[in-house]
Formats: sequence, structure tokens, C-alpha cells
Amino acid sequence: MQTYLKKRIAIVIEQPALNRVLDKLDQLAVTGYTVYPVIAGRGREGSWRSDGMVSDAGRMVSVVCVCDPSKVESIIDPIYKIVSRQVGIITISDCEVIRPDHF
Amino acid sequence: MSALDLAIANLLSPMVLFFALGLGASLARSDLTVPEAIAKFLALYLMMAIGFKGGVAVAKSGLDLTLVGVMLAGIVLSALIPLIGFALLRFSTKLSTVDAAAVAAHYGSISIVTFVAATQTMTSLGLPYEGYLIAVAAVMETPAILTALFLARKARDAAKRGEDEGMGTLLREIGLNGSVVMLIGSFVIGWITGERGMKAVSPFVNDLFFGMICLFLLDMGLIAGRGMREGMKALSWPAIAFGLYMPLISAALAALVCLALGLSVGGTALMITLAASASYIAVPAAMRLALPEARPSIYLTLSLGVTFPFNLALGIPLYVWLAGVVKG
Repeated sequence: MQTYLKKRIAIVIEQPALNRVLDKLDQLAVTGYTVYPVIAGRGREGSWRSDGMVSDAGRMVSVVCVCDPSKVESIIDPIYKIVSRQVGIITISDCEVIRPDHF
Repeated sequence: MSALDLAIANLLSPMVLFFALGLGASLARSDLTVPEAIAKFLALYLMMAIGFKGGVAVAKSGLDLTLVGVMLAGIVLSALIPLIGFALLRFSTKLSTVDAAAVAAHYGSISIVTFVAATQTMTSLGLPYEGYLIAVAAVMETPAILTALFLARKARDAAKRGEDEGMGTLLREIGLNGSVVMLIGSFVIGWITGERGMKAVSPFVNDLFFGMICLFLLDMGLIAGRGMREGMKALSWPAIAFGLYMPLISAALAALVCLALGLSVGGTALMITLAASASYIAVPAAMRLALPEARPSIYLTLSLGVTFPFNLALGIPLYVWLAGVVKG
């Protein structure tokens, strides 16, 4: 099967800042994204679990989008401006897709 | 009833005992947990029930000028308490300006769960209270956040990196926090529908209420225990002491303010409880957006791991006693 090389951007961000990231992605040249719940983790502020939080303040979510390699920079720069003030991680990795016109 | 009798009766109430069960289980590293979705449901349920009951009470009793005075007093207390808290924290601890401002915001704002627990104490003591105090609780959520932003403005400007949302966006995000929307919305629905509405939903918001609070407090105990276990190392002794004496300062201030308000003894005790409680639902979420540089391990551990258990076990009976003194 023919596949096409694309970039997968994964953003792990605090739940309260999720709408800011999604609003920004909506404004950018992103054709779609998927939001995943994150169950537990550990970072510089210590470990946490989503069922050990009294509000959304300490919860994290993961946003994944796939795009053409040529668009990565135009997406990452504005997203990083949001994530840089919050607890969060951005990773970029290679991936392959079957329908290139979707991304 | 003396303050000691009140304290003993409170400590032996199912609410406090369920909280203690959760706290003990968590500290002993039991695998007891309340699933996230159920915890969210319980929080929504409490907001709905307490908001609705407050609205129905207002529909029954009507509004008077006292409400305006109490609302204004609530706003002033919420805005003023962080100034005192901030000064005390900067004087007694080594917390940064941003951390001190964030902690101060939590103590100016309110804990709706502490308020709910206090209303149950009023009910068990047969002390009536003004239903509109739930609306006062809602307006006391936000002024403290604005005061904290003011206190931290220089540090924020210095540390500013990345994109900062405008104040309008921030206020919209804070004002439309799910818990505030649920609370105010249920209050308005209760007010509109009155006794007719209460008859329709009474089994849900009244009969189940106490059991739901006990389950919610079990979860709060588990969370507080986890916070104590993991967050206490981030707190210095002066900071922990702040979590214990700040509610008393706020309570004393509120008691003085209540001298000028025409509230009942029950209403005065609730007003004092509101001022003495520290937020751990709305404000932490607001702080993650408004002051993300502040450390949650400090402000959440203090408000949830220190002040909430203190208020639940000892604070509420003390505030009831104080209200009796003020209005006696």
C-alpha cells in the first residue's frame, strides 16, 4: 500500500488551557486534531492522577494532529506561545498516512 | 451549645467521619479511589442541589435590601482578604511574589464544599439561614482572583513569556468556569420555579443530598491525603501555619463586617465560613490560566490539605460559636 510521509504533532497540555490550544489550532492551517484524556503522569511538580484531582486544574490532556512537513513551523510557533507559560510538552515525530489530501 | 460541644458534635458527624476515612485511607496508601467521572458527577450534583435550594429559598422569602449589603460585603471581603494574606505570606514565608499572590487568591475566594458542610451543620443545629447566601458565595469566587492578578502584576510582567490572553478573555474563562455556571444557573432555575420546582426535584436534591455529600467528602479526604503525602514537602512550616491562622483572621474580619449586616445567626455563621474558607475548585483552574508561573503544589496543598480539613473539623463549629457571639 502506498503511504505518504507526514508529521505528527502531540501536545500534552493542562486541561484549563485546552480551549486556548484548540482555538489556536482552529485558526491555523490544521485540517483536524484528536484530543485524548491522560490518566496519570509525573513532572517537575511531582506525580498526579486524573482521579486524584478535585477540579480540572491539575488534569492533563493530549492533542494530536497530523500535518504536512511544510506546515510544522507555522503551527508550532503559535502553539508554543501558549504552552510555554503552562505545564506541557510538545513533540513532533514522523508518521505515514494513506490519504495525503486529508492533512 | 458551647464551642466545645459544637466541635465534638461536628467531629462525630458522618460528613467529617467520611472525610477522615478518605484521609486515613489515602495516608495509609490504600487503593480506595473514587473514579474521575463519579467525582465530577458528585461535584456537579452538589452545585446543582445547593444552587437550586438557594434559589427556591429566595423565591419563598423574597429579596430585600439586606441582600445588596451582604453581596457588597462579600465582594469587599473577597477582594480584601488576599491583600492581608499576601502581606502575611511575604512577611512570614519565602514564597515568591507570584506564589504568594496565587495562595492569597485561594484564601480570598471561597470553598463551596465547606459552605455546603456548614449548611448541613446549620440544619442539624436547627439554625435557619438566608437562602440567598449561595448567590453571595458565587460572587465571592472572583474578586480575589483579580486582587491576586493586581498583586502579581510586576512579577508577571517580568516573567512574561509566550502569549498572554487579554483580560477580557481571562475574565470570560474564569466567569464561565463550569462550577460557577452550574451554581448560578441552578440558583436562577430554583428562583424561577420556586416551590413547584422543588416539589418536582425534591427526592433528588433533598433526600439524596446528605449521602452524596458523605461520598463527595470521602473523595475529598482521599485527595487531601494524597496532597498531604506528596505536596507537604513543598511547604515550609510558616506556610503550613498560614493555612491554619489565615482562616481565623478572615473569620474575625467577616464577623466584624457581619455586625453591620442584618443576617440571622445561621446566616452570619455561613458568611464567616465563606470568608474563612479557601477555594480549591474554581481558583486553581483560574490560576493555571491567569498565573501559570505559580506552583499548584503550594496553593493546592495549602487550601485542600491544610485549610479544608481544619475548617471541616474545627473551623465550622468555631464560626457557629463566633456567629452566636456576634449576634447574641
